[in-house]
Amino acid sequence: MIKVNVSFDDLHKAFESRVRLGIMSVLAINDSLDFSALKDLLGVTDGNLASHIKSLEKEGFIGVKKSFIDNKPNTKYSMTLAGKRAFDNHLKALENIIKSQK
Amino acid sequence: MKEHQDYIKDIAEIRSMMERSSKFLSLSGWAGILAGAYALAGAWISYSVYEFNPNEPFYSHGQLHQVILLAIGVFVLALITAIYFSKRNANSKGETIWNSTSQRLIANMAVPVLTGGILILILISKGLMGLTIPSMLIFYGLSLFVAGNFTIKEVKLLGIIEIILGLASVFFIEYGLFFWVIGFGVFHIIYGTYMHFRYER
Repeated sequence: MIKVNVSFDDLHKAFESRVRLGIMSVLAINDSLDFSALKDLLGVTDGNLASHIKSLEKEGFIGVKKSFIDNKPNTKYSMTLAGKRAFDNHLKALENIIKSQK
Repeated sequence: MKEHQDYIKDIAEIRSMMERSSKFLSLSGWAGILAGAYALAGAWISYSVYEFNPNEPFYSHGQLHQVILLAIGVFVLALITAIYFSKRNANSKGETIWNSTSQRLIANMAVPVLTGGILILILISKGLMGLTIPSMLIFYGLSLFVAGNFTIKEVKLLGIIEIILGLASVFFIEYGLFFWVIGFGVFHIIYGTYMHFRYER
């Protein structure tokens, strides 16, 4: 077993779930996406997606903007600055872990 | 604690999510091959049946309406084929073709395509039939070049080839139909075949 001298603490707990990691990935390159676009991209159920969004929202990683399009409620999600920072750090940590284990 | 393999999977997931949310990946090689075949058939009919061969900028032709209808027919048929195969491709991956990436793709292609279309109508109304073929190639090439930002990057290369052919066809205007056959026929078939073997097998 190779000794790993990279801190696993740098990996953010919030991104342990693949769905949450997916949400952050797509919001990292799209300014904002609505609920149905996220659902299509991630291929998860309404309830599942809603709960993951809620937890990311609680962390302050994604922002929510509600509006109306043709009298229908439309909710757009986007990445906050804190979210971007946390996601970047998470990516760096992943990179370091993989490099150190090679 | 996650294993090494899990972290690699995490990275792969991030990559695929980013790509899927920003690029339209349901284009099919078959659509390119068939579009090329329609173009070859259309060019052959206009040349051998209607004896249409614009060899100078001011070119008049007795059966211009038939030739224009034929060109529109080829375009519409190619469009329907592209939509059909994209839909089939998307369905097999459990995706839809009408999503934020396809909308962005179409919105961005629309500007050069409509500009070229209007320009061609003006050229026809002025009797400058000989310049319609270069315009088709150049503006189609521009729209593909832009589209390359929203789908696989090879589309960008095809766009550059069409632009070069378009510019060359202004220079060698007497070979207009030949350039049209190469650009819309031959290169669509080459591109479609490449796409099919690269991405669909």
